[in-house]
Amino acid sequence: MRRHAPAVALVAAAFAWPGAQAQTGTADGIAQYRALLADGNPAELWEAKGELLWKQKRGPKNVSLEGCDLGQGAGVVKGAFVELPRYFADTKRVQDLESRLLNCMEAQQGFNAAEIAATPFGRGEQLNLEALVAYVSAASRGMKFRLPQARSEERQMFEAGKRIFYFRAGPYDFSCASCHGEAGKRIRLQELPDLTRNPGDGVGYAAWPAYRLSSGELWGMQRRLNDCYRQQRFPFPGYASDATIALATFMGVQSQGSVSIAPSIKR
Amino acid sequence: MSDPMRIRAQVQGSGAVVRVLMSHEMETGLRKDAAGKTIPAWHITEIVAALNGQTVMTAQWGTAIAKNPFTQFTLKSAKAGDKISISWVDNRGDKRTDEAVVA
Amino acid sequence: MKKTRTTSLAIAALLAGCATAPMTAPELDQLTQGIMKASFREQGIAKLDRLAQDELQQACSAEKPPSDAVAKRLEAAQLASVRWPADDVYLGDWREGEKLAQNGRGMTWSDPAGVPSGGNCYNCHQIAKTEISFGTIGPSLYQYGRLRGVSDPAAPASREMLRYTWGKLWNAKATNACSNMPRFGHAGVLSAGQIRDLMALLLDPKSPVNAP
Repeated sequence: MRRHAPAVALVAAAFAWPGAQAQTGTADGIAQYRALLADGNPAELWEAKGELLWKQKRGPKNVSLEGCDLGQGAGVVKGAFVELPRYFADTKRVQDLESRLLNCMEAQQGFNAAEIAATPFGRGEQLNLEALVAYVSAASRGMKFRLPQARSEERQMFEAGKRIFYFRAGPYDFSCASCHGEAGKRIRLQELPDLTRNPGDGVGYAAWPAYRLSSGELWGMQRRLNDCYRQQRFPFPGYASDATIALATFMGVQSQGSVSIAPSIKR
Repeated sequence: MSDPMRIRAQVQGSGAVVRVLMSHEMETGLRKDAAGKTIPAWHITEIVAALNGQTVMTAQWGTAIAKNPFTQFTLKSAKAGDKISISWVDNRGDKRTDEAVVA
Repeated sequence: MKKTRTTSLAIAALLAGCATAPMTAPELDQLTQGIMKASFREQGIAKLDRLAQDELQQACSAEKPPSDAVAKRLEAAQLASVRWPADDVYLGDWREGEKLAQNGRGMTWSDPAGVPSGGNCYNCHQIAKTEISFGTIGPSLYQYGRLRGVSDPAAPASREMLRYTWGKLWNAKATNACSNMPRFGHAGVLSAGQIRDLMALLLDPKSPVNAP
């Protein structure tokens, strides 16, 4: 019997640590490692699941999300992510992706949005939201942010978001700006984007949702902000609350013209 | 029931490059939970790749492979339309097979 | 949850009501306050009183730093509140100090009550040479004592530097009004004993920080 004799070359993500001499060496090494990992980003598993969930009839009303309007019209997914947060006429609110999905899950599918918002990350319907944000953001991958700021509500949320960004409080006196207020800084070996200006393609707002290798979890912007506030020693920001939407508006407008790479891969 | 694998197989020269992303917790059995109890080992032990029904690669995996593992290999000879199937078995005896067509 | 939703609608109404004329800065400040109040809840040891800003936090929350005059006044007030070490003992054990510098736990809503916090120091600073995983938000503290000529912490000549360093650790805002560094002693994050150990890490000639 003739056996297939393929040249099998297993690609391993093994690489040699550069010497610990130069700090840039260590940080560059880690950047290389992450670049290798970008091929085969496990976020794709969430994207695939999200697509199924978008099209699947679910909830008490047994309806799919294909009638959900994310800003480009009912059911239009491509291009929606790079224009969020934005104002929605039906709710008369500026909303980000996650609050908009909650709306649709409640209004169209009959889920209880408040219950889902109160569900801890990584459990129950929150897992499905992870998949949905991965799917929706993936549909805009490679596109540039162009958040609308034509309406006063949108501009006001930007202004509120800016003030919240600089708001220092808690036992550590931290604001977002404490860590994200200067270029070229890092916490331990994790580089920090300067969010006081446009940090460029695929950085900061343009890199979330993301798959976090360290925990094997997919984090949307809501979870990222939540964990920021936890580390800032603040009290708990409500899921999809106005403060989080205001911050997303601020960061999104700051990233105008930059390319989204979401969902990306992170440490 | 585990989540589907993502398999991409593309023609390259006279062969093909196959890339597979699997969904699996890959617990090493060395971690402890918040209460201090060891989380039991749960990981893929073997993967088998087949081209048009014939085995072309097998691998024994253990605790060094990360969660949601990605693997890539090249086939010396394959053509568009060939069927690739990837199967895994884990230490609990769970298994899964997914298929894709070489593009 | 209903309360938050009603408040959200109220905010929306406020926004819509001003849809014609742009909001003034004070109106935007008020809008922001309303949003903050409606958006946060307590969790674990992190209570809502943490959102109440003191005068210094308020002054340092603007996009631009406060004027020199305001900064000086704030610094003086912070300095006046520093609690100097009892019995004039400034230095503890540098080995404990290194452990504290590595420890980033404490004060978050996922931390239990009553457990001592760490200093979080390596998050922002380089300290001992062997630790390559250090942040750059703050300046390097490697060779801290040596660079400042503190060869004998007990000598009178070292006293000024000891006091300056204690002041930094207890209340960094006493010497830099809008510093990114938390007020570790002042806010009750670290105890005097813990600060003594950090002082030793920085100033004890035997500490690896000061190794030639």
